[in-house]
Amino acid sequence: MTTDKKVTLWVDGVQVTVPEKSTILQAADSVNINVPRLCYHPDLSVIGACRVCVVEVDGQRNPVASCSFPVAEGMKVKTSSPLLRRLRRDVVELILDNHPMDCQTCDRNGTCELQKLAHDLGVRERLFEGERKRFPQDESSPVIRNPEKCILCGRCVRVCDEVQGVHNLSVQNRGFHNVVAPAHGHKMIDSVCIHCGQCVNVCPTAAFTEQDATESVFAALSNPDLHVVVHTAPAIRATIGEGFEYRPGTPVTGKLVTALRMAGFHKVFDTNFGADLTIIEEANEFINRLQKNERLPLITSCSPGWVNFMERFYPELIPLTSTCKSPMSMLSALLKTYYADKMGIDPKKIFVVAIMPCTAKKFEMGRPEHRAPWGAPYTDAVLTTRELIWMFKCLGIEFRDLADGAFDSPLGVSSGAADIFGATGGVMEAALRTAYEKVTNKELGEVEFMQVRGVEGVKEATIDIDGTPINIGVANGLQNAKNLLDRVLSGEKVYHLIEVMACPGGCVAGGGQPYPPHGMHVLDPELARLRARALYAIDGAKTLRKSHENPAIDALYENFLGAPNSHRSHELLHTHYQPKYPRGVK
Amino acid sequence: MKSELMLQEKAKAKAVLPEAVVIFIEDCLATPHPGSHLIPVLHKVQEHFGYLDTEHMNAVSTLMQIPSAKVTGVASFYHFFKFTPRGKHRISLCMGTACFVKGAGNVLDKVKGLLGIDVGQTTPDRLFTIDVARCVGACALAPVMIVDEKVYAGVKPDQVAKILAEYGFDPKKKSSPVK
Repeated sequence: MTTDKKVTLWVDGVQVTVPEKSTILQAADSVNINVPRLCYHPDLSVIGACRVCVVEVDGQRNPVASCSFPVAEGMKVKTSSPLLRRLRRDVVELILDNHPMDCQTCDRNGTCELQKLAHDLGVRERLFEGERKRFPQDESSPVIRNPEKCILCGRCVRVCDEVQGVHNLSVQNRGFHNVVAPAHGHKMIDSVCIHCGQCVNVCPTAAFTEQDATESVFAALSNPDLHVVVHTAPAIRATIGEGFEYRPGTPVTGKLVTALRMAGFHKVFDTNFGADLTIIEEANEFINRLQKNERLPLITSCSPGWVNFMERFYPELIPLTSTCKSPMSMLSALLKTYYADKMGIDPKKIFVVAIMPCTAKKFEMGRPEHRAPWGAPYTDAVLTTRELIWMFKCLGIEFRDLADGAFDSPLGVSSGAADIFGATGGVMEAALRTAYEKVTNKELGEVEFMQVRGVEGVKEATIDIDGTPINIGVANGLQNAKNLLDRVLSGEKVYHLIEVMACPGGCVAGGGQPYPPHGMHVLDPELARLRARALYAIDGAKTLRKSHENPAIDALYENFLGAPNSHRSHELLHTHYQPKYPRGVK
Repeated sequence: MKSELMLQEKAKAKAVLPEAVVIFIEDCLATPHPGSHLIPVLHKVQEHFGYLDTEHMNAVSTLMQIPSAKVTGVASFYHFFKFTPRGKHRISLCMGTACFVKGAGNVLDKVKGLLGIDVGQTTPDRLFTIDVARCVGACALAPVMIVDEKVYAGVKPDQVAKILAEYGFDPKKKSSPVK
């Protein structure tokens, strides 16, 4: 039950008025009093496990955990005192005593919350020497699990349960043997994990990280026999700036292209081209099904986390899911066929690197469905935004000082509809722009579908296409998708077109995106909104805003593919799905 | 739309568990908080099989619609739940203070030596499992060894072979390879 009742309390002498169900930590946050914290995450449930956020409350014998202690009228709270400083430092010291002290060689060096906290709280020496927990690292999947770095804050367990509805992780065993792992302690690749990478995002340490692809990319770049091409996903241009101290939501497309050239890539293409192509194929698929009134709703298939989820949790939806490959896999397939032909390069000597906001793309890349007839994958390496930021830094590229570059043609030409693919609702909007015009043969007056924009978990609208009402649904975050899809399966609601993105906020908040800057947090809707705004701004500034008006796409169909949904396009641009085990519990 | 695939999965899960357990789970599902019956369900499964196998726990997960990571998280928390097959006869040696002082350690070493297994393990012929108890509350009888329900008092190491023989222990089989 929610009430509007307010409570007034004093935090460090500052009068604060907050809703009655608030916690002390929320009250302190509302007046910018920063209480150190570790296991707490504002968008996840509260478990009060770490005790770093202890505060003193008048009338309470012992300090209390402010993240879980409710406010009360007239309460007097002290967030800083010699006792509290000592307690917090002791708590962090004890965590460190069971932690590998290898900060300099750790993946999270500089972005680790534990490292920062230890410094902030004044931990300067290690007091206890003793046995430390020992676990093997699980490198079986794109999401690497290193339990020795785990501090058992449980954020990954909570994000996997509450936001993604995957429930893959749980604390197994007891006491000293406590470990966060999938069921039966199985490897991630044998679990219901969908590789979305949200555990990597919320982890305060390096207990979850992405599989490294930078070494293989560096090796390819220095191999004179290889023609190394790169393409970069829509969401990267809106987020990579954060790695170089730009404010979230600063588009840096031109600098990104220049930096990639400086890094040594022979051609710099745009995954956006693949996105435009996806829209043509998907809109065609949708119109066909709509006209025959069969296999509806059509569900998008761009998000590899969602595809993994669908195969494990909703295999009954396989017939409804679009057979279109993702923009990445479409473009990579074209690079080793169309582009190779055109340039007269042996496709076996082309090394395709994709820059993705996503850890699940690393899994998608390895799927047997995305392999060329000669056995090699169409995509040779997937780098996350974080990995690319590191590569630029490693190469000494001064990103902020770079001049703007432009993508190579023809696979670098794209419409604004492709740019917005990185935000939740973006694929839907892009599809509607094309589907509307294809169905009606009329020009769309207003290309912006504001109904599908915004970071809400589920958005619904009815669009009138020439007198036919089309019900659309957009979900981001898989728990939200579950809620939407269960209504489809129960027959409660009839949709024609559904877009699902696995990560909350869409690709702009994907599992491979930069750790948020100071003052913002992972899963922060404001962060997703700022990043999405950059994409909508890029779209708004383009004159080419509809995928079907992209001249490079026209040329591709004319010279190579034939028509949308042709035999050749099916061979290169479409895929298939199958139910996977272990099956998840919905 | 009831999912055909889901029904198939449930049928497969039911085939893994004994009927009585399936009925018990269905009764639990009819209560307001089905998830809170997970531990009693696991008890029933272990009662039947003697231990909890991956397959058993997955079946419980499917039928109760509790994620299997939660099922194994709960099961691995409690010492009572076993994940390896149990022997036909369970040998429990008391390691309480009184028994230990009276030489229970030597008795345990003898049992381990004769059977060729460690505490918590089962012989390859699935005849014996060795467990240790903290205190069985019969200090006057120390050292105490319990096989199934039968209590042996004041056990000396040289009596162990004879006791085990009552349950089918064959010293000649000792040379067979033990894993």
